[in-house]
Amino acid sequence: MRPSRLAVHAVLLTYTALATLPILLVVMNSFKTRNAIFGAPLSPPDSLTFSLIGYTKVLRSAHVGTWFVNSLIVTLGAMFFVLLFGAMAAWALTEYRVRGTAALALYLTIGVMVPIRLGSVAIVAMMRHLGLNDTLLALVLVYVAQGLPMAIFILAEFIQQIPRDLRDAARCDGVPETRIFFEVIAPLLRPAVATVAVFTVVPIWNDLWFPLILTSSESTHTITLGVQQFLGQYITDWNSVLSALSLAILPVVAIYVIFSRQLISGLTAGAVK
Amino acid sequence: MATLALNQLNKAYGEARILRDVNLRIDDGEFVVLVGPSGCGKSTLLRMIAGLDAPTSGDIHIGARRVNDLEPAARKIAMVFQSYALYPHMDVAKNMTFGLKFSNLPKPEIERRVADAARMLQLEPLLNRRPRDLSGGQRQRVAIGRAIVREPDVFLFDEPLSNLDAALRVSTRVEIAKLHRLLKATMIYVTHDQTEAMTLADRIVVMNQGEVAQEGKPLDLYYTPANLFVAGFIGSPGMNFFDAVVKRNDAGTMTLGGETLPDFALPGTLAAGITIKVGVRPEHLRLGGDGPLQVRGAVELVERLGEVSYAYARVGAAQIIAEIRGREAPLAGVEAVFGAAAQDLHLFDATGQRVAQGSRP
Repeated sequence: MRPSRLAVHAVLLTYTALATLPILLVVMNSFKTRNAIFGAPLSPPDSLTFSLIGYTKVLRSAHVGTWFVNSLIVTLGAMFFVLLFGAMAAWALTEYRVRGTAALALYLTIGVMVPIRLGSVAIVAMMRHLGLNDTLLALVLVYVAQGLPMAIFILAEFIQQIPRDLRDAARCDGVPETRIFFEVIAPLLRPAVATVAVFTVVPIWNDLWFPLILTSSESTHTITLGVQQFLGQYITDWNSVLSALSLAILPVVAIYVIFSRQLISGLTAGAVK
Repeated sequence: MATLALNQLNKAYGEARILRDVNLRIDDGEFVVLVGPSGCGKSTLLRMIAGLDAPTSGDIHIGARRVNDLEPAARKIAMVFQSYALYPHMDVAKNMTFGLKFSNLPKPEIERRVADAARMLQLEPLLNRRPRDLSGGQRQRVAIGRAIVREPDVFLFDEPLSNLDAALRVSTRVEIAKLHRLLKATMIYVTHDQTEAMTLADRIVVMNQGEVAQEGKPLDLYYTPANLFVAGFIGSPGMNFFDAVVKRNDAGTMTLGGETLPDFALPGTLAAGITIKVGVRPEHLRLGGDGPLQVRGAVELVERLGEVSYAYARVGAAQIIAEIRGREAPLAGVEAVFGAAAQDLHLFDATGQRVAQGSRP
């Protein structure tokens, strides 16, 4: 290996260690007794310190299940609509050149640059106005708005690479426009859809901010917000916190594994034009 | 099946005029080839007939209908693309039936059409394969099959053989010709390959810079090109051209001469002083041949193809190509005299238009 490549790998390995160590600590300590967590936080569980107390407590708690389901509903719901509307908008913006297309594309690009959190106050007021306060629908709507600009950006880039002849052939074939999109274009977008799905899902699943400001009752909490319940002012149930967080990692890992094969080709497809 | 008529068709993108006043009439069952260099507007013309591009002005009629405002599918056309444009995620059978799903045809009718097309194009063993598992020639046959099952009035081919290798190009060309005989459908075929144009067409339309340079039967175009462009474009290797001036005209006998041409006489009516171009095809420029036109040149290179050889000779500043039959090809480096008969000479005036003289019937 050449020295420059060694240096690159050294940097990447350092970053990987930095990124994974906290996760490793969380997972490791979730399998330990409370005393061991505080006594030797950096050592892995052994036969004396191993304990599943956190997991049994978390799984027995009625709320944790609800929170998981809430997180799944919100994340998958938002993902579905981001992909559907994102692909449709990307198709429309690239395929149908009408007046205002350029302005609309620019407007959506601004959405990529401006973080949605800047609008938090307005969003809370709007949701209260619509009577959607403390509902999962409110979260889905916000996350769809949050995910759409990036999704359109990536998908439009990808749609442009689909040969023009294919759409023209479908038109000569008498295929209606909506069917061209759903039956010719959409199946070819799979790699890009996988990329967008991962980019969309991870921040939504991990988000604490919007559940915090938009949901108040325990029945509408997501898992990231629910876990905060274990963090008390006087006593923190570290076993439960660490176990719940460890469990919360699993769905994201699962989604990544499902999409990863598609994801690699999706990322490179945008790179070499 | 139907006739097709284009009236005063124009296409412009801003200042750039892609097509200028194209008029064309195509008979029922005719095989018309649009040929020209890249950028001449032939593909744009085909896309406008298909309904994929809108003309800036002018009318398109298929049969008795004006189709300008009709969707491609409503025009009863089918198009075969250079890139095949098969649906990559559908198998061969699905590729052919996909468009018919939206046509309200009864299922048995769709099945009959696909079975017929598959038999005609020998696609039967491939019906369950995906496009990525097919060779280029097979893909193009599927694309043609997808057009056939629509039973269109007009078939449109957009350089369908360009992506195939040389051997496959020849065999697919023959298949398309047979297909036309079998279906007796109106076909419009775009290519930049003049061999395809010559071999397939009932009628060739040569296009140049957005205009029809000449239309006619293949051999008419070959033997009586209407202008310099067609003369140079049709035929391979290309026609030789010499600059010349009419030096004298004595009662119907012109004496012509130029920098590279010794003086020679031809019957004709052009007045003295007019500059012209004299064209002669390589096959008509004979080594040691008789005839009024005689040029002497230094042979620089000889290409031997077997039945013929091409001698590249330098005459003054110009290079000429002469075709030599059999084994009598000269060696490179020798001086040789080439001659052409009067009926094999093509004369073009200063604007590039043919001068009615010296042509074959």
